[in-house]
Amino acid sequence: MTQPKRAIHILPLQTYLGIGSALLILTVVTVWVATIDLGPINLLVAMIIAAAKASLVALFFMHLKYDNKLYAVILLGALLFLAAFVVFTMFDTMDRGIIDGVRAGPINDQAVIYEQSTSGPTLPPAESVRSDTVLHREISPSE
Amino acid sequence: MSAENAAAGTAAHLQHHFVDSEQQQESAKLGMWIFLLTEILLFGGLFCFYAIYRAWNPEMFYDAHTHLDITLGAINTVVLITSSVTMALAIRSMQLDQKRATLLNLFATLALASVFLVIKYFEYAHKFELGQLPGKYYTFEGIAGSNPHVFFSVYFMMTGLHGIHVLIGMGVIGWIAYRTSKGHFSGKYYTPIEMTGLYWHLVDLIWIFLFPLLYLIS
Repeated sequence: MTQPKRAIHILPLQTYLGIGSALLILTVVTVWVATIDLGPINLLVAMIIAAAKASLVALFFMHLKYDNKLYAVILLGALLFLAAFVVFTMFDTMDRGIIDGVRAGPINDQAVIYEQSTSGPTLPPAESVRSDTVLHREISPSE
Repeated sequence: MSAENAAAGTAAHLQHHFVDSEQQQESAKLGMWIFLLTEILLFGGLFCFYAIYRAWNPEMFYDAHTHLDITLGAINTVVLITSSVTMALAIRSMQLDQKRATLLNLFATLALASVFLVIKYFEYAHKFELGQLPGKYYTFEGIAGSNPHVFFSVYFMMTGLHGIHVLIGMGVIGWIAYRTSKGHFSGKYYTPIEMTGLYWHLVDLIWIFLFPLLYLIS
């Protein structure tokens, strides 16, 4: 082909080692910050540090900084849909109970549910199957 | 394929339906990134699961997380980040046509991945012993608050799916190391190593978020 070929982009060794060190330092920082009580800000700080680490990995180790920008768009698109997924689900789950009064129950109540499902699981399905077949028999002669 | 390409003066690795090596590599990367997108959304379901239950039970999440070993989690974070560095260096070595250095870096990545899984095994074994298990298998009684089994459901599902990805990654890295040793790659053609690297870095990326979310709740 006549179009000029791009040379393979090879990063210097120092870049990889530097980014690796930065990631390790940020790991130490995130463990250290977690020992300080900042209230609800703790989660925010931890997520900002994690996002910074993720950006370093994506930009340098995954070469997004140097590659075709289409790949970065794909990654950001995935994160955008993930954000929409989580945020809109939270709109629902955080407002439950306002109308119908649903509450989280204690573990023992949960255990009762598990016991029910293990002790007599055969009865309800068998019954429903039977009623289905009866329904079919009733319909077929009339048609 | 290769005979025709050789006759036309092009590289043996070039498939006939691509214009040139660069287009072939870009297409492979595009496919890989779309695969990584589906991986992010796969884990996204679990991150959503985590967000809902943590928002519902903030105190229980805090109490339950104190039963995770921060030291082991931090060591695993360091191990996985280091393995990402060696994986990136493996690709760089192959770009420079250094087969031996590529193999050494791939083996280092494999070794670090094994260390990660061994540490994970000890963490899991400890929790199995105490009965800190998901759902109805939960028998531990040392955590106050409602439904602490939910935290361990989240914990085992997220770290378990991540662990499966580490295992698959090790398999692929092993295969890539074998092909490298057979001389299948060069400074002109190293796309499979690069794709493996992208996958491995994503596994690292997910752990970067899992570590603070599970081990460092304050």
